[in-house]
Amino acid sequence: MQWRHVWQLGVKELFSLKADPVLLGLIFYIFSVAVYTVATGVNFEVRNAAVAVVDEDDSPLSRQIASALLAPQFQSAVKISARQLDRVLEQGEFVFVLVFPPDFERDLLQGKRPQVQLNVDASAMTQAGNGATYIQQIIQAESLAYLAPGLDFAAGLPVRLEVRKLFNPNADSAWFNSVMQVINSVTMLGIILTGAALIREREHGTIEHLLVMPVTPADIMLAKVWANGLVILVATLLSLALVVHQMLGVPIQGSVLLFTLATALYLFSVTSLGIMLGTLTRTMAQFGLLVIPVVVVMYLLSGGTTPQESMPDWLRWIMQLSPSTHYVSLAQDILYRGAGWQLAWPLLLVLLAIGMVFFGIALSRFRKAIVSMG
Amino acid sequence: MSQLTSSSDVVYLQNVAHRFGEQPALTPLSLSIPAGCMVGIIGPDGVGKSTLLALICGVKRLQQGRLQVLGEDMATPRARRQLLPRIAYMPQGLGKNLYPTLSVQENLRFFAQLFGLSHKASEQRINRLTEATGLAPFLDRPAGKLSGGMKQKLGLCCALIHDPDLLVLDEPTTGVDPLSRRQFWQLIDEIRAARPTMSVLVATAYMEEAQRFDWLMAMDDGQVIATGSPAQLLAKTASQDLEQAFIALLPDSKRQHHQAVEVTPPGNFDGPPAIEANELTRRFGDFVAVDKVSFRIEQGEIFGFLGSNGCGKTTTMKMLTGLLPFSSGEARLFGRLPDAGDMQTRKQVGYMSQSFSLYAELSVLHNLTLHARLYGLDEAYAKQRIAQLLVDFELSQVKHSLPQSLPLGIRQRLQLAVAVLHEPQVLILDEPTSGVDPVARDQFWRQLLRLSREQGVTIFISTHFMNEALRCDRISLMHAGKVLAVGSPAELTAHRNAISLEQAFIAYLEEAANTQTQGRVQDANWESEVPQVKTVSPQRNALKRWWAYAWRESLEIRRDPIRLMFALLGPLLLMLTFGYGISFDVDNLRYGVLDYDQSRESRVMLEGLDGSNYFARQPAPTDINEGLNQLRTGELSLLLEIPPAFGRQLMSGQQPQIGALIDGAMPFKAETSAGYLNAVLLGELTRLQAGQLQSADLSMPVEVQSRFHFNQAFESRFAIVPGVVMLMLALIPAMMTALGIVREKETGSIANFQSTPTRRLEFLLGKQAPYVLIAFISYLLLMLMALLVFQVPVKGSFWVLSLGALLYVTATTGFGLVLSSFTQTQVAALFAAAVLSILPAVNFSGLLTPVSSLEGAGRYLGLAFPSAWFQQISIGSFTKALSFTQLWPNLLALAGFVVLFTWLAWLGLHKQER
Repeated sequence: MQWRHVWQLGVKELFSLKADPVLLGLIFYIFSVAVYTVATGVNFEVRNAAVAVVDEDDSPLSRQIASALLAPQFQSAVKISARQLDRVLEQGEFVFVLVFPPDFERDLLQGKRPQVQLNVDASAMTQAGNGATYIQQIIQAESLAYLAPGLDFAAGLPVRLEVRKLFNPNADSAWFNSVMQVINSVTMLGIILTGAALIREREHGTIEHLLVMPVTPADIMLAKVWANGLVILVATLLSLALVVHQMLGVPIQGSVLLFTLATALYLFSVTSLGIMLGTLTRTMAQFGLLVIPVVVVMYLLSGGTTPQESMPDWLRWIMQLSPSTHYVSLAQDILYRGAGWQLAWPLLLVLLAIGMVFFGIALSRFRKAIVSMG
Repeated sequence: MSQLTSSSDVVYLQNVAHRFGEQPALTPLSLSIPAGCMVGIIGPDGVGKSTLLALICGVKRLQQGRLQVLGEDMATPRARRQLLPRIAYMPQGLGKNLYPTLSVQENLRFFAQLFGLSHKASEQRINRLTEATGLAPFLDRPAGKLSGGMKQKLGLCCALIHDPDLLVLDEPTTGVDPLSRRQFWQLIDEIRAARPTMSVLVATAYMEEAQRFDWLMAMDDGQVIATGSPAQLLAKTASQDLEQAFIALLPDSKRQHHQAVEVTPPGNFDGPPAIEANELTRRFGDFVAVDKVSFRIEQGEIFGFLGSNGCGKTTTMKMLTGLLPFSSGEARLFGRLPDAGDMQTRKQVGYMSQSFSLYAELSVLHNLTLHARLYGLDEAYAKQRIAQLLVDFELSQVKHSLPQSLPLGIRQRLQLAVAVLHEPQVLILDEPTSGVDPVARDQFWRQLLRLSREQGVTIFISTHFMNEALRCDRISLMHAGKVLAVGSPAELTAHRNAISLEQAFIAYLEEAANTQTQGRVQDANWESEVPQVKTVSPQRNALKRWWAYAWRESLEIRRDPIRLMFALLGPLLLMLTFGYGISFDVDNLRYGVLDYDQSRESRVMLEGLDGSNYFARQPAPTDINEGLNQLRTGELSLLLEIPPAFGRQLMSGQQPQIGALIDGAMPFKAETSAGYLNAVLLGELTRLQAGQLQSADLSMPVEVQSRFHFNQAFESRFAIVPGVVMLMLALIPAMMTALGIVREKETGSIANFQSTPTRRLEFLLGKQAPYVLIAFISYLLLMLMALLVFQVPVKGSFWVLSLGALLYVTATTGFGLVLSSFTQTQVAALFAAAVLSILPAVNFSGLLTPVSSLEGAGRYLGLAFPSAWFQQISIGSFTKALSFTQLWPNLLALAGFVVLFTWLAWLGLHKQER
């Protein structure tokens, strides 16, 4: 292996990338528009939930309860008729529909414990459970306040539970989703850019030509790793600084230097993975179909979308082999929890080790995969 | 329309000009080409021959001037459409218009269908053509496995299948061995004899071939410099042969460059041989590509390698460079075995592969510089050397151009310049002059001779040109993996008692092949027996062409079972993974406790927590700092602080305060944990307190009756399984079609679409159909898995869901086609398919977040992609028991996407190149 070759081939790689405007456009898109829209548009907790009210009582109390469903958790409640109840749930127009019976207020004032019906579209997994809890609390609190103005609902409870959410005090989705989307972009780009570039070079015979020269497969692979990795690393940092920090206003807690190092190591492992997938497939069409499942699994099961704890054990073990699992937890540690070197180094080593395994497999298959194309 | 041409002209051009961007390819040209004869276009590379032919066939859009072909105006789309069935076009490049995985017969059938031949007519015609060309024994062989000569014959058969009035051949014999070349022209002669009205237009670089044509036009620099019969051209220039005549016709400035190649005798060979092969053998599976080949090449010798395409020349060369390991026997370079790790030997070798293998996206200069650096040339020296090479190989003019914009001949020159850049001791050149014009070839050979004679460079070269073979010191004839003869050209010619090397070569080959494979177009009734096919209604033809594309695409998929397997198994595997893996249930939350009270009450309360599935207690941290640290490292998700005197205060109703620190990094998890904690703690404490204290009235004033619709048990699978169906049917189908068109653009087979009467819609829908079918099968398999493995039944209408799925996969495959028709490279198409479909399908479809609570741009992004609409159908049919009455708007929206995407793909696809 000669570092000079790695350098020169890498510079070549950068020129190749520059020559493809569609690719550059997509890279820009995935680190800007994609991050922004996901951060501002998507949330897994109760936020902006759609609520409807069937108000057969139409009393000051029922109106007061309806208006107590506030942003950011809830959209302002929409009044619908009883006939529409099933339809709106079926169409997914609302996730929650409250039904106040006739004489609700009167019954309450008479101490009859009136019934309020809360209809929940349980197929909306992320909102149904927590949202229902919130709405119940709001109904009780508003009713109590209505019965005894000035009396604090919380005062009636046996304890005061003082909950503090660390690292993201407002439980703001944008904080979480923006960084996770940047990570997803890194994953997708790292795998596809290198793998597809390898297959293109193989189809065009350019790699074969390199192998006749005093250049080793390791040179070629490392060149692809550093050049593509560098482009993605720069894009990641820019995205973090401009989109996540500036535009979305997410504070970056931890050491940017440490995060950069983690990203670089992660890029080593995903670009190696991309090359490995490139050596496992013979055509671009096969590569495309292999990449989709790999990327989607890394997208959804790395802990950036759903909690890792809720996965079955066997799947958790499998996902330990994916570098994205470790990178997601590193990114959370560093960027949200402000973790330092002492905390981060074991996971950094894991990333490096996984990357080396991928790189080793790719290297062992490289020559055979290239020349067998004939 | 005024008839500008006489009936004796097949093509009439008036002021036709063409430019690529800023670069002029044709300067205004006015000319008529006579009908009913064989017309040759000769001239060096990059003078506009191919451009002219592409314009005549309607493959390139006419930019300027007037062009009439067969009496019709090419500028009017209507006339062009009527004209296309009468023209046949064979683009430049070996087997460029063939489909390599399809067999000979399937390739022919495809073309027959494109031109609307009936089954009977097409079988008759295929029989005749393959009999005539000697391809009949190979009907079932994939086109990609044919030798170069056979590929070209097949290409010709495909072109002739519909009995055209004008046959256009762009360098049909470039890269074909002499025997096959001879057979090719014999075939053309015989077909023309049987059908004298057909006009043939050929571009060629072989002057000896041009000799036999009826009428020639010589081109240079986008201009026609002379026209006439070969005899006229010879007379005009007083030349012996066309090669000389052509050079004489060139403008003075260019002619001065040219001088005849003089072969000087080689020096004395002494010392060890440069290259030595001993029983060298290479097998690919059962196929023996190179069979016990032995030869010895002395230092400074020019050693020629001749043989038909696919005879093992390239494989032998690759083994010598160390690219391919050998199966048995051995080869040595300078006495050393080629070793993949041997960098020193590699520096002594220059290699030029048959196809262009430099970087098309780097400029000429940049390519040279890159290679100089990779070979470790000293910077200053490299600069000087590159400057010299740019002059020697006449590349100075184009040094800043990208190779992809240059004609083949110039690209070959660049490749050679790269191969000699580092002044290697051995040059291994695989058909370096294929497609290079005579002037440039002579120049090239002067370079080779200089290297050999003056610098003692050993040259191992393969070629199809006999005049080049004559310049070699020794040649070796190869056939079917074996060396037939080795010796100097004169020895070999004498040995066969032949008058020329070409004849000797053909004699060797025929002997080796044992029989003359060549068939004959003996039947005088060739034409009369051809069924007339041009009367079928255009609508039926449209359907036929659609079917032709659909059938061909499905054949290609069947030949690539790995792709089919990925397409069908991938979604199933992902459903398994996600069905079990995606869950929004939060359980086994790791929590720690700082219990400063240690009372009975605090212990009872914590036991309550431990009793629920949601919480898993970890060893207590020693103090708050350690606890915080554990939260930071993720060891804990929750830390409880129970104050001193907690139990006492609780029992006396003083409402003690419990601190709960939650890891909020993942908002959803934090929110759910807080909710659970609240519920479990309050329940526990209320019971505890109630046991002691009667006074506390904790009854809630209202009874909230929660009704969870559609998924009472709150199980993730009921939401995730329908979602995975939506997700998989978006991503995989889009990826399958995204490469379909762009792949044809890269390989060049898109020319078949451009030069045949196929319309854009037929092409698009034909390519789409097999993928819609595969995606629908994938849907049915997913249904089966949902039912059998996950026990998630369809509560609503299975038929509505299936109709929705059919529309949905038609839309998503259509999305792939849109990307494919707009992009230029497979990499870009693949990347676009992944990037543009994953985002809306995963994030904005309602899979994770209900569409009703999506905000901002994300909401519109979701609605602008079919996934959000199908997600409602999927989840509606699976869990909500919805039927057509509720879901028709979604079905309508999906149908709208089908139309929209088809229209967009149609817009992006061009019937003519610009």
